[in-house]
Amino acid sequence: MIDDRKRSWFDGIVWTAAAVYLAMLVDTAQAADHRYAVDDATYQSECGSCHVAYPPALLGAGTWREIMRGLDRHFGTDASVGDSAHAEIKAYLEAGAGRPRSAASTMRISDSPWFRKEHREVDTATWKSPAVKSAANCGACHRQAEQGDFSERNLVVPRRESR
Amino acid sequence: MKIRTQGAFFALLFLAAAAAAEVPADYLRSLDTAARADAAGFAGFSAARGAAWFSSSHGTDWSCTTCHTANPLGGGKHATTGRAIAPLAPAANPERLTETAKIEKWFKRNCNDVLGRACTAAEKGDVIAYLTSLNQ
Repeated sequence: MIDDRKRSWFDGIVWTAAAVYLAMLVDTAQAADHRYAVDDATYQSECGSCHVAYPPALLGAGTWREIMRGLDRHFGTDASVGDSAHAEIKAYLEAGAGRPRSAASTMRISDSPWFRKEHREVDTATWKSPAVKSAANCGACHRQAEQGDFSERNLVVPRRESR
Repeated sequence: MKIRTQGAFFALLFLAAAAAAEVPADYLRSLDTAARADAAGFAGFSAARGAAWFSSSHGTDWSCTTCHTANPLGGGKHATTGRAIAPLAPAANPERLTETAKIEKWFKRNCNDVLGRACTAAEKGDVIAYLTSLNQ
């Protein structure tokens, strides 16, 4: 009796650990590949006209919701969209949202420890060069960023400005 | 170019429609009606006024040219993100100014950013007259 109960506890723990481990493996594999789905035409045309249509997986659902709530004051600009586009984009971002990565206070992907770690080899001069200028300008180095492909294979860091 | 009568306005409309730039006629007409309602002495849109307005600053850090450059026939660059912006002038980019909802969406956003308020119908009409007057 007691043995049975112990065994079922043990089984539960083993299965939970296995599930967590598998989830971590999948997550790591996706992160290591640096390819993300960005496949909503409305999202791409509405948001992608001012900046790269960032992969939904790079922010948590709560942060996306907050961003969508304040589009008329979007990082210093008015980025309002029509009502139907707003609903579609919000649903798309929430459905594809990832683990919360960024500090909710800034809502910027580039402020997350994850982003800083991934870009630790990029020096200040490169960030400031006219070809890059902003951390929002993913396409300056990630040539396939528009397609959600941030893999190292498609990475070309522009030459720094000569001083 | 000064247009003094409504007849001349519709002649311009016809010319605009005949050129590559096909600004929706009913949109231009609604701007014209609104501009007349705003100012009794309104005498039609002016490309020259639009050109001056396009390159002046309006009390914020940005003007139209900050992102679109002083040459709307060429491409621009978003002031904060560095994202490439396709030319604004229909002569260089036939897709521009062809869809009322799109034109209005961008006026709403960009007027807020550049003027800190909505643009008037006269300002919109003038800048459209300017952009459609440009030729490569």
